Amino acid sequence: MSREDVLVTTQWAEENLDTPGVVFAEVDEDTTAYDGGHIRGAVKIDWKNDLQDPVRRDFVDKAGFEALLSAKGIGNDDLVILYGGNNNWFAAYAYWYFKLYGHDKVKLLDGGRKKWELDGRELTTEETKRERTSYTAKEQDAKLRAFRDEVVDAINTKNLVDVRSPDEFSGKLLAPAHLPQESAQRAGHIPSAVNVPWSKAANEDGTFKSAEELAELYKEAGLDTSKPTIAYCRIGERSSHTWFALHELIGLEDVKNYDGSWTEYGSLVGVPIETGAK
Amino acid sequence: MTDGCGAPQQTAVAADEDTNGQVVVAGKVTGGEGPLGGAYVRLLNADGEFAGEVQASPEGDFRFYAAPGSWTVRALHRTGNGEASVSAEGPGVHQVAIAVA
Repeated sequence: MSREDVLVTTQWAEENLDTPGVVFAEVDEDTTAYDGGHIRGAVKIDWKNDLQDPVRRDFVDKAGFEALLSAKGIGNDDLVILYGGNNNWFAAYAYWYFKLYGHDKVKLLDGGRKKWELDGRELTTEETKRERTSYTAKEQDAKLRAFRDEVVDAINTKNLVDVRSPDEFSGKLLAPAHLPQESAQRAGHIPSAVNVPWSKAANEDGTFKSAEELAELYKEAGLDTSKPTIAYCRIGERSSHTWFALHELIGLEDVKNYDGSWTEYGSLVGVPIETGAK
Repeated sequence: MTDGCGAPQQTAVAADEDTNGQVVVAGKVTGGEGPLGGAYVRLLNADGEFAGEVQASPEGDFRFYAAPGSWTVRALHRTGNGEASVSAEGPGVHQVAIAVA
């Protein structure tokens, strides 16, 4: 798989804003970002309200995903270009989520909203109107998503990549530095996990590093590419960014995202935890 | 307060505000014509490693919840970049200004 199969540049995006069959979607937790200005023609997907079950801690089900995409005017044959803030964390999460429900024609805007803004490209508050569609999703692809029991079993057998910051990995912090500290019951990391912060996979402008640079990065961190890999973070969005780097850019075949991540693992009773740096 | 990873609204606050024992690095981004809104502000640790990023408010304000230590804040904007250092040795708000040129 080449970079062009999974990423588009901001230049390409600007040139294809009116291309039939291409739908841009901004994915943020903070939808005021979209409301304050978005790429012309882009629809809004709210990371929490649209993609999470309102009661249980889980995704919206297949019917819910179908209803969402139908309402947004996204058809099964559309090429969806996802982008967002936070260096595409939530866009990468949505990308993984689209793949999970079998939508293969999806790409990320390399660098996301940040690169678009740093380029000085236009944002608009113009309302996007798209005709409803009748979207049909597939069943969730179990090959892409890890649950807690598989993660516990993976200790010392599979690659575990903790993509949080070094201070979260060591147990000094429970959340990223730009957030108030609230999270799991215990701090630390899953034993045998290597710590490769998500940010190492990205350039300063938010674009992904090259496949060669990424392969070198994870090799140096001690990732055994002959083994299956599970990526995790705090709530599963930064690890989607790393899942994208490992599975879509480097092309490793068996990579799962553990979306329960540290907020689940760090609150489980009886599981092993390690603290300190490595 | 959010339980996701979206940054709360970016505002710099007075140094005596109660931070509940947290180490806060906060400040303002300025350009040639005063406060500069919308810059991407990156928090880097003493080794230059990335620790966090927020987008400054329309007034140029930003804030991070950090661990005690020496930090660099680096602002990226379509008009240019800038950076500054701050030593945040204990709980409270540690102010730092960034000039972008």
